[in-house]
Amino acid sequence: MNKVMKQMLIAIMLVAFTGGIALAETEMVIVSWGGAYTMSQQKAYHEPYMKLHPDIKIINDDSAGTGAAKLRAQVEAGNVTWDILDSLAADAIALCDEGLIEEINHDVDLAAAPDGTPASKDFGDLIVCPCYVPTIVYSTTFGYRTDKFATPPTTIADVFNLKKFPGKRALQKSAIDNLEWALVADGVDVTKVYDVLSTPEGVDRAFKKLDTIKDSVVWWSKGAQTPQLLADGEVVIGSTYNGRLFQAIAVEKQPIAMLWDAQIFDLDGFVIPKGAPNKDEALKYLKFATDTQRLADQAKYISYGPARKSSAPMVGKHAELGIDMKPHMPTAPANSKRIVVKDHMWWADNQVELTERFNAWLAR
Amino acid sequence: MTDQVTTQEVLTTADGVPLKISLKRAMRKKMITSLLLVTPLFLFILLTFLMPITDMLLRSVDNKIVGELLPRTIPLFSGWDENGQELPGEDIYRAMVEDIKEGAEAKTILRLGRRLNFERSGMSSLFRKSARTIKRIEQPDSYKAAMIKIDKRWGDINLWRLIKRERGSFTNSHFLSAIDRQSNDDGTIGPKPEYKQIYIKLFVRTMTLSLLITFMTVLLGYPISYLLATLPTKISNMLMILVLLPFWTSLLVRTTAWIALLQKEGVINDLMVAIGIISNDHRIVMIHNKTGTILAMTHILLPFMVLPLFSVMKTIPVSYMRAARSLGATRFTAFRRIYLPNSIPGIGAGGILVFILAIGYYITPELVGGVSGTFISNMIAYHIQGSLNWGLGAALGTLLLMLVLALYILYDKIVGIDNMKLG
Repeated sequence: MNKVMKQMLIAIMLVAFTGGIALAETEMVIVSWGGAYTMSQQKAYHEPYMKLHPDIKIINDDSAGTGAAKLRAQVEAGNVTWDILDSLAADAIALCDEGLIEEINHDVDLAAAPDGTPASKDFGDLIVCPCYVPTIVYSTTFGYRTDKFATPPTTIADVFNLKKFPGKRALQKSAIDNLEWALVADGVDVTKVYDVLSTPEGVDRAFKKLDTIKDSVVWWSKGAQTPQLLADGEVVIGSTYNGRLFQAIAVEKQPIAMLWDAQIFDLDGFVIPKGAPNKDEALKYLKFATDTQRLADQAKYISYGPARKSSAPMVGKHAELGIDMKPHMPTAPANSKRIVVKDHMWWADNQVELTERFNAWLAR
Repeated sequence: MTDQVTTQEVLTTADGVPLKISLKRAMRKKMITSLLLVTPLFLFILLTFLMPITDMLLRSVDNKIVGELLPRTIPLFSGWDENGQELPGEDIYRAMVEDIKEGAEAKTILRLGRRLNFERSGMSSLFRKSARTIKRIEQPDSYKAAMIKIDKRWGDINLWRLIKRERGSFTNSHFLSAIDRQSNDDGTIGPKPEYKQIYIKLFVRTMTLSLLITFMTVLLGYPISYLLATLPTKISNMLMILVLLPFWTSLLVRTTAWIALLQKEGVINDLMVAIGIISNDHRIVMIHNKTGTILAMTHILLPFMVLPLFSVMKTIPVSYMRAARSLGATRFTAFRRIYLPNSIPGIGAGGILVFILAIGYYITPELVGGVSGTFISNMIAYHIQGSLNWGLGAALGTLLLMLVLALYILYDKIVGIDNMKLG
């Protein structure tokens, strides 16, 4: 019995000792989306950073999907465990409005471009709120099955054309994006979309257009569903994030092609929670991870465009596939002939009302 | 004589303490011990269950933010008649300018914009714009004119009516929303426009589908449990594993398996096309709708019906049925008059278990329910995680909780809760 006790004591001491060593390095928790996206951040940001700073250990947490809600709960409980959260622009605006994330002084806290352009100019109007450091420009756009149509769809109007392109569509279960697309497909100019949507007639018009395909839609809630639905043949056209489609087309070699017309630009980026346990370390990390080279590097692993203007010319080849990534960027000239630039401030005003109406429309 | 009686009446223990007191002490000691034994569990439930739930429920009426961020404006509202056609007076505009200035300085005013935007579209941008430009207003001739110059919405009387209506520390607006109603601009409460009504419909759907699922589990679970209870133990234990195996499998795995089976290009459709029951163009839609939710949830919840039923049926002596038969009852009569009444407590227990689990189910309807098969819980999840409107999410949750409690009481009145056995 005594022997056992002794062994246990030694074991406990050992654990405590090694734990003490582990405490000597700082663990920084970065919350992101998981999967291929976190992988691209790991390769482009985390690994080089940890090489430069061996005392920092970056822990990935994959709960960005419900990040805004969890962050709010953490801040309210006074127990913030995250240092950096990867957040969509709309969520970042809401969190910043509520004072749940730190404001950032972009020109002081972030690196300037190689030619000396200050960060605030380099990111330009992609800094949608004072708390936000955008990292990528992504787009929500369509993919279609190449083997289901004699002539491939070329415009957003074709998505709404069931006669010429019969079959199911996959759309996100959300008012955002779909209302914009409905109007563009109905002939509204991409720059006028939000003006038209600001009128009650415009909203009616968008819902009327959606009515025409409602019975042929499978509604998705996770971005990974559309590539799966397309691969299974459950739908013939579907919207999702362009990086997901790139994965299905270039890596998994599915019979799918991109339909870039009227793609909707959106942003993803970093924010620092109020009360983050390692705020100073998080800022240091942000300065490194969002400099021109690092943002360009991320495009080697996933087909999202860097948020800095100065990074665009540095985008190279895919790290494993060896294909040139420039034509796969949503920002490439051939892909961005006609784009909808999402108006986040407009949605901050109207999301509650239109989502309510959209949900009621769905349930009807 | 009398003396003797009184001395005999006070019984004492060996150490001379009166028996009554000694007994009391012993009882108290026992009670303290048992209280100490339950304290950890009680504290655990209090901290991890009761307190968070109460906190969440209170959010459905909490509205302190308005009073906190408009400390100068709110007290002045009593001097303004919102039912008249006049805009508020100069004093209220002045107080509002000062409140917004202070809130802009402290970077808190946008929270108020977000709160009020749940009631009226555009409040978010109104406060954002005002916070940015309010510094320009300094010693104006008219605060009212200056504010309306910043944004003409400040001249809209309905906006002021809204702020006055939401001035209290508590609000009913989330509960009104949760039952598809709203406060109109003139202060009356009425239904929302039809194109926005959804929650009542979802509550009704949640109830009916849960009842249907409960009924299906009884229909499928009863024969299985009967078989398990009447077979020799050796065989029934083997079969029991077949019931428990899916029970131990991850919920997500089982749900996804149903997707693979039922989807249009799925196993069942493929099979039916292959043997020629249906043509390739007429594949049946069995998932991403109501049918998908009912099928998948019935399967997932079946063990919760089988287990209590089985344990109750196990206790029904076989001799009862034999006795009934020997007294001349037919097989059916014997079952109806003897076996069924004896197994009712199992159906009651399983039914309540399945129904209450079904009513709060979230992930399965989300994945296989499409549009017509989603539950109210999916809306609650959306408001907690997506729209961050925790007030409305809490109101919906509170209503769901009250609904379950009401049904529980109803069940107690009709069937009787004592009539429920888990074995």
